[in-house]
This record gives sequence, C-alpha cells and structure tokens, in this order.
Amino acid sequence: METVIHFLQQNIEMVYIVVLMIFLGIEIIGRVPSILHTPLMSGANAIHGVVIIGAIIVMGKAESGNYVALVLGFLAVVLGTLNVVGGFVVTDRMLEMFKSRTSKKEK
Amino acid sequence: MGINILSVCYLVASVTFIIGLKMLSNPSTARKGNWIAASGMIIAIAGTIFLYNNDGKKLGNYEWIFSAIIIGSVIGVLIAKKVKMTSMPELVSFFNGMGGACAALISIVEFDYLYREHRTIASTFFSDVVSPGHYLAIIAGTIIGSVSFIGSMIAWGKLSGKIKDYSFKGQHLFNIIILFLVLATAVFTYFSNTHSVNIPFFVTVALALLYGLFFVLPIGGADMPVVISLLNSFTGVAAACGGFLYDNKAMLTGGILVGAAGTLLTILMCRAMNRSLINVLIGSFGANTNNLSGAKSEHENIKEISVSDAAMLMAYAKKVMIVPGYGLAVAQAQHTCHELEKVLEEKGVEVKYAIHPVAGRMPGHMNVLLAEADVSYEKLLEMDDANEEFKSTDVVLILGANDVVNPAAKDDPSSTIYGMPILEVELAKTVIVNKRSMKPGYAGIENELFYRAKTSMLFGDAKKILQELLAELKNI
Repeated sequence: METVIHFLQQNIEMVYIVVLMIFLGIEIIGRVPSILHTPLMSGANAIHGVVIIGAIIVMGKAESGNYVALVLGFLAVVLGTLNVVGGFVVTDRMLEMFKSRTSKKEK
Repeated sequence: MGINILSVCYLVASVTFIIGLKMLSNPSTARKGNWIAASGMIIAIAGTIFLYNNDGKKLGNYEWIFSAIIIGSVIGVLIAKKVKMTSMPELVSFFNGMGGACAALISIVEFDYLYREHRTIASTFFSDVVSPGHYLAIIAGTIIGSVSFIGSMIAWGKLSGKIKDYSFKGQHLFNIIILFLVLATAVFTYFSNTHSVNIPFFVTVALALLYGLFFVLPIGGADMPVVISLLNSFTGVAAACGGFLYDNKAMLTGGILVGAAGTLLTILMCRAMNRSLINVLIGSFGANTNNLSGAKSEHENIKEISVSDAAMLMAYAKKVMIVPGYGLAVAQAQHTCHELEKVLEEKGVEVKYAIHPVAGRMPGHMNVLLAEADVSYEKLLEMDDANEEFKSTDVVLILGANDVVNPAAKDDPSSTIYGMPILEVELAKTVIVNKRSMKPGYAGIENELFYRAKTSMLFGDAKKILQELLAELKNI
C-alpha cells in the first residue's frame, strides 16, 4: 500500500495526464460517424507512432561500443518511422477520396 | 533553457494530437486534422533530435538516427502510396505492428541498460535496484508491444490471405495458461538475482510473442477489424509506457489518447457485431461459430434470376438500394458499381447505398471503397436511415454481403448473431442477392433470406455480374 502511495506521489503529474487523456480519448471518439471509422483508426495508428521519440532517445544515447543498443535502437527508429510516415500518408490517401467528393459537389 | 523549449514542443505536439483526432471526426475537416497531427509529430521528432538533453548530455549517433529515419520514411511512403484501396485494412495492421515492435524494442534496450549496470553487483535482487514503477513501465511496454507486433503481423497475413485460421482443442485454456505464464515470469524477473535477470526477462518476451501468436491465430477473418482495433489501442498503451520511462509527455498523451480511443472503438465494433469484448480477449469466438444453427437449413427452393431479368427489374424501378459487402471489395467492383449507379440514374432511377457499420472488413471500409470510386457522399446511407428507406424501395441489390442482412439476427434467438442490428432489406419489394455461391458468410451460419419468396439469387463474381448488368441496361 505504501509503495502505491509513494508511486502516486512521485508520478502524480503523469497520473493526472493518464486519467484526463482516457476521458478525452473516449469523448472524442464518441462523436465520430461510422463512415470515418477506418480513416480514424488509421489516424490513431499514426499518432501512436509517437513512440518513435523513445526510439530516437534510445538510439541517441547509445554508446558507440554498445551494439545491442545501437542495432536494436536503429531497428526501432526504422520501424517507428514506418509507423508514423506510413500511417499519416495512408490516412491522407483515404481522406483524399472524401475530399475530392465534396469539392466536386461544390463545382 | 533547451529542455524548456523541448517541453513546449511536446506540449504543442500533444495539443495537435488532440485537435487532429477531433478534426478527424468530421468529414469536412478530417484531412486537415490528419496533417495537423502530422505536423505536431514532426515538431516532436525534430525537437527530440536537436533539443533533447539528459543531465547535460545531448544525443549522439546522428548519422544512425538520420539514416534510420530516411530508410523508414522511404519504405513507409512507398508502401502507403502503392497499396490498393481494398487492402487498406491489412496495411493499417502492418503499420500498427511496426509501432508495437518499436515500443517493445525500446523497452528491451532499456532493460539491457539496467542489466548491464547492475549485473556485477553480487547477490542483490533486481527489485532492490530498480523501482517498481520503472520496472512496470519497461515490462508492460515489452509485453504489450510484443503481443501487438506479432498479433498485427498475423492479422495482416490473414487479411491478405497468407495465413489460414488455425485452432486446436483446448486452445481457450492454453491461451489463458500462456497469459498467466507471461505475468508470472514478469513478476519472477523482478525478484531475480541481478546477474541472471536477463534469462527470465527474455523468457517473458518469448512467452509474450507466443501469446500474441495464439491470441490472433484462431480468430476468423470477419473478426479481424475488432482485433486490429484492439491491437491498435494496445500499441497506444505500449507507447504510453515509453512515456513513463522517459518522463515524456508527448508519448504519454499520444499513447493514452490512442489507447482510450482505440478501446472505445473496439467496444463499439463488438457491440455492432453483437459480441462481447471478453470473448475477443480470450480469443475463442472464431472456433465455436461454425456448426451452430446450421441444423436449420431445410433447403427450401432458392430462386435464381437471370442477368437480363435483373437488369429489367432495376431499370423499371423507382428506387434501387445497393447493399455492398466484402464480396464487392474482393472483386474490386466498386468502379463498376458506380457505373451501374450512373446508368440507372440516367434512366431516372433513384439509386442509394445502404451501408452497414461492419460491412466489409473494417467499419467504414465500404465508405472508403465507394468514395474511391467517386460515389457521392450523400448517397451513402447509414443503417438507421437505410432501414427507413427500404420501405419505399423497389429493388435491393445485395453485392457480396451476407451476415449483415441475415434475418436470423432478428428472429432466431439460437443464432450466434442474434441481436446484431441488421439492414432490413425485406422491407423492400424485391431483393436480388449477388453471391459467388451458397456458402455461408464469415459468421459461418445459414442465411434464411436467400430462401424467402421476395429474394432472387444472382450467382457470380460481383464485378463480372455488374459488367453484365451494365451491358444489359445499356440495351434497354
């Protein structure tokens, strides 16, 4: 019990963020029309690519002799970039088609 | 001062993620929202590369970082640009797997640091040198990331037809045991001796990978969207674990946001398919849906209709409603379908599309496909509106959809899909069903609709049939 309280005290800021983000995430998704579910899933997929920041940090602080960190870190940055770049480009491609619809209609 | 600017970068990134997701929820702002989130991501990445500073130590290995980013970007853009619209769902799964692997690798490297730092200290336990919060972030990131990676890869393979469903007796129990073992070894690792702590850790990783494998393998293709959405939120949580590890607010907000949103999306999908999330988590439902309610097949006569008769029916109807399903996606028939719509409209027939929320392989899959073929946005009706309009519809043309129009969901309490909301096509005057064969759909159950008096069957590949219909219509 004490360790739990200690943990909460040390990370109270983070815990606040977690709790607020859970509610915010649910709130935002709740209003999405079902037509946009696939692009939304894809967009969310791109956003969790933010994990690449961690990969960059791992890579950047690896010492030159530490091959485990260097190789795994390199791989992590490549995969993370794939997630981010691929995710956003695919989402855009999906949404492009919706866009072309609406702009044609306006003509 | 550098660290403060970086915090602002992360704050900006977090805000753009929230705004981006919010704008993605509206068709008119969605595209802009995507780019806003992307620009936030660029700010966060650039900020990390140039401003990150841990106790006065800046990042090194720039040549490695940049070459990795360039490699990843080139491959990512190439794949994303080249892939066909019909294979979008598996692509999302693929990229999700990459994110999961990334999260797992980060945690593994962080563990390796701790291990190297402490392994020389004699007879201490890992729990003495590492705080529980820190360990929890590492191990959770590793496990969740690994499960998400393998699971997404399997889902990707299944959707692209490379991997078949596989299950064995007692898999249910087997999965629970593996999951339990994963947790047990994770706890065991924490209380291991520092100089040998790497062994139980890598056993945990291996078990987590095994769990991911057997978690997704038995689940049938129709349930893949639920699984992908769930794994998507898993990766979000894994990213958030990284946020804890580095005290990084951008990773934390982005990860948790996706984790929460993804979980809700998963629940919404489950609800539309009348399945509980618990069933999905244990990974069992694909296996037991095969033989239920099959006993009801009395095989009354089915009525076939010729292409020319079908064309005639539609040409002289006032209102035609098209119900697209996975068959349309497989046959890549969305463009032909749009042509049919145009030809009918020239003849003064009102044409609309009825879209079931889980038609195809992902929620909104049909909308994306039809949008690619330039079908007007207003013609796509959501389920409730469509059910209203069926009453005044003359002909319903079902293209490769099955379970979403199965009346058993309404009338047969013994059916596995009982309670799932369906498109009530029977409210219309006539129903034409295009299918390749009489095989049941992904839920694996008979569809009584095909035997009803109002229904006529039009067997064949959706694209071929649509082309023949088009040719006939032009002659009328």
